[in-house]
Amino acid sequence: MSLIQLISIWLIPVTIAFILLYGTFKKVPTYEAFVEGGKEGIQIAFSVIPYLVGMLVSISIFRASGALDYIMNFIEPLVKTIGIPVEVVPLAMIRTISGTAALGMTTDLIATYGPDSFIGRLASTIQGSTETTLYVLTVYFGAVGIKKMGDALKVGILADILSFIISFFIVLFVFGR
Amino acid sequence: MVNVIWVMMAIIGIFFAMAHGTMDEVNEAVFKGAKEAVTISIGMISILVFWLGLMRIAEEAGLLAKLSNLCKPFVRCLFPEVPANHPAMGYIVSNMIANMFGLGNAATPMGIKAMEELKKLNGYKDEASRSMVTFLAINTSSITLIPATVISIRMTYGSAAPGDIIGTTLVASTISTIGAIFIDRYYYWKRVRKGGKRR
Repeated sequence: MSLIQLISIWLIPVTIAFILLYGTFKKVPTYEAFVEGGKEGIQIAFSVIPYLVGMLVSISIFRASGALDYIMNFIEPLVKTIGIPVEVVPLAMIRTISGTAALGMTTDLIATYGPDSFIGRLASTIQGSTETTLYVLTVYFGAVGIKKMGDALKVGILADILSFIISFFIVLFVFGR
Repeated sequence: MVNVIWVMMAIIGIFFAMAHGTMDEVNEAVFKGAKEAVTISIGMISILVFWLGLMRIAEEAGLLAKLSNLCKPFVRCLFPEVPANHPAMGYIVSNMIANMFGLGNAATPMGIKAMEELKKLNGYKDEASRSMVTFLAINTSSITLIPATVISIRMTYGSAAPGDIIGTTLVASTISTIGAIFIDRYYYWKRVRKGGKRR
C-alpha cells in the first residue's frame, strides 16, 4: 500500500526529470520542442468545447428532469433478484455518462453506508475500475474530429456493464457481505 | 448511433419534465451543463499544454519509439494495424501507463495524441478505425493500479483500511479489460463477416 502510494507520488516528477535529461542527452532543443508541443494543447482544448457542451447539456437535461431516476426504478427490481444491492445501481448507470456525478454518488454512498461496508467497498471498486466512457469518447474523438464512431459506443457501454458485474462478484468473493 | 443517444437524452428529458413538472430543473440544467463543459475544457488547457510539450521532447528524443518497441509483443497483437515503432504505439502505451497509475490528467493528452496518430494512419478519415475502437475499449475499462481519488475519499470518511479496495479494483479492472478486448474483437469479427469494408 505505502509502496504503491509512493510510486504514484514519485512517478510524475521522475518522469519529467527523465524526459528532460534524456532529451538533453539526445541534443533535442528541449525548450523549443516543449513550446511547440504545448501550442497544440491550446488548440485541442478549444476544439473539444462544442463536443463537450453538446454532450453535457443533453446529459444534464436527462438527469435533471428526473427521467434517469424513473428509468432506474424499473431496473432496480431486476438487479435485486441477482443480489446486487439496489443502492449502487444509480452509480453503475451514471458512471458511464458523467464522471463528476459518479464521484459525487460514490462519496455519498461511502458517507452513508461507511467506507468499510459492502456497499462502500463495492462503490469504491466500481468508481475505481471504469472510466467515464461517454466522456472519453466525446473528448478523444472530438479532439481529432472523428464523426462516425462505429462500434465504439456499443463496445464501451458493454464493457462498462461487464465491469460493473465483475466488480460485484469480486467484492463479494474477497470481502463477503 | 451517437446522434440517436444525444437527441434521445435531451428529448426524453424535456418530455418527462413536461409531464412531471420539473421544467425549472431542466432550465437550470441546460445552462449548468454548458458552463460545466466549458469549465472542463478550459481547465484542461494547463494539463494539455504541459504534457503535450513534454511529450514532444520525448518524441523528438526517440523515447516514444523506444517505449513502443519495448511493449511491442504485447501491443502488437492488440493493434495489428499499427506499424511497429510508429509514434501511435508510443502514445497508446504512455496513455495506458498513466491510466494504470490513476494519472487521469496525464492520460488524456496522451490519449488524444494517440487518436491523432491513429487518424493519420487511417488516411485522415472522419470515421473511427478498428484500432481506435480497440483503444477506446481498453481505455474505458482501463487497468487500474492505484485508484487514488477513491482512496482519498475513503480516508476522509474514516475507513479502517482505505487501501483495501486496491486489490479488488485491480482484479475487476483487469478482467473487465480482457472482457472489453473480447467484446471489441467480437464486433470486429461481425463487421468483417458482414462483408463490410475491413477497417
